[in-house]
Amino acid sequence: MEHLDLPLIWAALICFAIFAYVALDGFDLGVGILSPVLEPGQERDQAINSIAPFWDGNETWLVMGGGGLLAVFPLAYAIILPATYPLMIAMLLGLVFRGAAFEFRWRDPRHQPLWDLVINVGSTVAALAQGITIGAILQGIEVENNAYSGGWLDWLSPFSMLTGIAVVVGYALLGATWLIRKTEGGCQRHAHRLAYWLASATVVAIIAVSVATPFLHNDYWRRWFEMPQVLLTAQVPLLVAICTAVLFWSLNRGRELLPFVMALALFLLGFIGLCISIYPNMVPPSISLWEAAAPRDSQLFLLVGAVFIIPVILAYTGWAYWVFRGKVGTEGYH
Amino acid sequence: MFEHLDAVFLARVQFAFTVSFHFIFPAFSIGLASYLMVLEGLWLKTGRGVYANLYRYWLKIFAVGFGMGVVSGIVLSYQFGTNWSEFSHKAGPIIGPLMGYEVITAFFLEAGFLGVMLFGITKVGKRLHFFATCMVALGTFISAFWILSVNSWMQTPAGFALNEAGQFIVESSWWDVIFNPSFPYRLTHTVIAAYLTTAFAVGGVGAWHLLKDRANIGARKMFSMAMWMAVIVTPIQIVVGDFHGLNTLEHQPVKVLAMEGDFDPSPNGAPLVLFGVPDVDAATVRYALAIPKLGSLILKHDPNAPLPGLKDFPREEWPPVAAIFWSFRIMVAIGFAMLALGIWALVARYRKRLFASRALHRTAVFMGPAGFVAVIAGWITTEVGRQPYTVYGLMKTAESASPLDAPAVAVSLIAFIVVYSAIFGMGIYYLLRLMASPPHRGETEPPNVPTYAAGITPASSLEAPASHHSGGADGTS
Ligand code: HDD
Ligand code: HEM
Ligand code: HEM
Repeated sequence: MEHLDLPLIWAALICFAIFAYVALDGFDLGVGILSPVLEPGQERDQAINSIAPFWDGNETWLVMGGGGLLAVFPLAYAIILPATYPLMIAMLLGLVFRGAAFEFRWRDPRHQPLWDLVINVGSTVAALAQGITIGAILQGIEVENNAYSGGWLDWLSPFSMLTGIAVVVGYALLGATWLIRKTEGGCQRHAHRLAYWLASATVVAIIAVSVATPFLHNDYWRRWFEMPQVLLTAQVPLLVAICTAVLFWSLNRGRELLPFVMALALFLLGFIGLCISIYPNMVPPSISLWEAAAPRDSQLFLLVGAVFIIPVILAYTGWAYWVFRGKVGTEGYH
Repeated sequence: MFEHLDAVFLARVQFAFTVSFHFIFPAFSIGLASYLMVLEGLWLKTGRGVYANLYRYWLKIFAVGFGMGVVSGIVLSYQFGTNWSEFSHKAGPIIGPLMGYEVITAFFLEAGFLGVMLFGITKVGKRLHFFATCMVALGTFISAFWILSVNSWMQTPAGFALNEAGQFIVESSWWDVIFNPSFPYRLTHTVIAAYLTTAFAVGGVGAWHLLKDRANIGARKMFSMAMWMAVIVTPIQIVVGDFHGLNTLEHQPVKVLAMEGDFDPSPNGAPLVLFGVPDVDAATVRYALAIPKLGSLILKHDPNAPLPGLKDFPREEWPPVAAIFWSFRIMVAIGFAMLALGIWALVARYRKRLFASRALHRTAVFMGPAGFVAVIAGWITTEVGRQPYTVYGLMKTAESASPLDAPAVAVSLIAFIVVYSAIFGMGIYYLLRLMASPPHRGETEPPNVPTYAAGITPASSLEAPASHHSGGADGTS
């Protein structure tokens, strides 16, 4: 046990939790983002019903990411959250809106349009805030004496706005491809049309963020373009190109599952790119993941549980998805 | 400097506001999840339709309450970082892993099985559905276990040391951290509080419908079940509360003295101040109505035992006395009111008037929300009584806050108040509306619940409600 690099293991686990969050809540936030362009009535009901049994579980990965950070990288947690304070509050309020409105829209059919609007605004605000946060972390956070020392709007920059929009567009793509998979009839056809546009927009956004990132810091530039690591990092754009091609191909062929998988793959690649840029920092530009780490005892204590329990979680979460497999029906609708 | 103090004050108000709002829902979710488990279990066992109908009736209510508990809880888990970053940095190595365990053992469990519980009635077998209900109920309990361990550690820290970065780290063992001195009492008292809160809410709803229709089977059943809970569990809660107070006297004497309003030391046995108006500046309770020696009898189980007074401690160590003095009295008064109602219902039951006494039903309706009030009052006692510390005796609240400007906290506080009032206000309105519709045979799903094309196994599903009371009897094989 002595030689285990616990901070590195935990960084990997936190990355896993964050990616699980992005992949899972991404599609349901995406459906929320798309809801206003879906026709009220059957089409929209199908779309929202397709995520009803899942959104709560999906959102739990966000708690895992945040709670995990507090447990094993308390310093990072204590710096990033105050540094992005308005974003965090906006995200949380967005999630409050969205989660509550899911419950309300069935109970109160008369005000359904209102609650659908709330779902839309909440989802969009949450996604935007998450995207801007990523940009803010990439561009670096000012730290003095182990505490955040910047102002309360430091996160605001053209770059962070760009990442914010990129995440909204990307989530919308996840949502559209999810709907292709889970719905049928008009809703599916509509989602299919939307997916073309959103796939193009996502690719543009990925390119824009990738081009802008190396200019943020010299480090990022070297990381991506110096020999010999360029041989490794160059694989990321290559894979992005392949996934994009497969995504469009599968849309053309009317495949139902593959577009969703490819959209997830694009997210995964973007996420890997992000990790390549930031590593070995936890809070760029100055705090490494070893500096941010909690004492060994704390990391070990939670790791023991996590190693045994996370597989169980994945098993029953998978089971819940399996129970609600197949297309969401329309019979429940009067 | 002034600006900084202000931000701390605003952060406290914000945390108190959001956590109080949050706890309203868990108090109900914990109790209701267990109640649903009992109802479904009874249905599986007896096959009587009344249980299936009650299950469906309360499930709709549970869904709304639970959803609001989840979204308000997510806010909290991030607020430790946004508003209390110094605290997070210093205490994170201790409380973080416990909250991490809460996520992996409780939150995923609840969320993972919730979808099946809410939408899976027609999708999985009866036993599997019951299993999902049990897992959700278990999840709520495990969640309470961990978060109350965290909170208790902040009240009565144990098993820790400080490292060179000023962080709290575990010293002896995690066992000492988790099972810190006040934890067993707080866990028991709070979980029972959740059950009582739910029992009185259920009883209030039952009574409301009995007032309108005495013959309603569902209303009779729920009222009767709730009144059994009231008469059996309230006395237990009062005894547990007494032990909890003794424990607090041992570890946080200043808090208990503030609760009791004991400014002056009482070397020959302390009185019990029933009512009065604490005047902190003058360090006395005005217009006090007190019973001599009873305070010592309760706290020391000896009428003549000496007790210190607040004056024995420096004023900076005093928590805000008036708030605790009142909130404690509200909680205890409600506790005894609950006991009275429970006994009244028991007597009525033996006189065969449980479903006939309108006065009893009216009182039960009036007491419906009592649990929520008691629970919030109890938490205010506990949390305000911990002041001026976040980690009792070790870390001051003022040293715990984030380096934020007051305007940022003020704006977000206003945003929370506006959004919470609107969203949770509507949520509570919908809850009340669901409760206002009488339980009946053939309780249905809410309109538009998701249905799925694949994997339906109708034969084994929870019997269609239309098939009346004994509908499931044949399906229990
Ligand atoms: C005694 C019980 C109790 C107490 C004191 C608290 N909670 Fe809570 N919480 C629950 C009992 C609970 C629960 C019963 O498990 C909930 C309520 C309804 C629900 O959905 O789960 C929940 C939900 C809930 C969630 C959403 C879980 C999910 O995604 O499913 C989070 C993140 C928190 N809580 C966090 C907190 C924090 C940070 C608290 C302290 C400041 C806190 N809770 C106090
Ligand atoms: C769920 C029921 C709870 C309620 C109703 C509640 C209520 C409150 C109140 C009223 C305050 C403000 C006290 C003051 O500043 O005068 C407060 C502060 C606080 N509570 Fe709680 N609390 C609850 C649970 C918890 C739990 C479970 C934790 C920890 C895990 C916690 C941690 C804190 C912290 C960190 C503060 C801020 C610092 C402070 O002011 O002491 N609370 N709470
Ligand atoms: C009438 C008898 C009761 C007594 C003697 C009593 C005693 C206490 C004491 C001494 C505390 C504070 C402990 C501390 O801060 O260290 C407390 C807290 C609390 N009480 Fe009570 N209580 C009673 C009834 C109730 C009832 C009926 C409810 C709810 C239905 C309730 C719910 C709570 C809650 C939620 C807390 C805060 C959490 C905790 O510290 O346990 N209590 N109680």
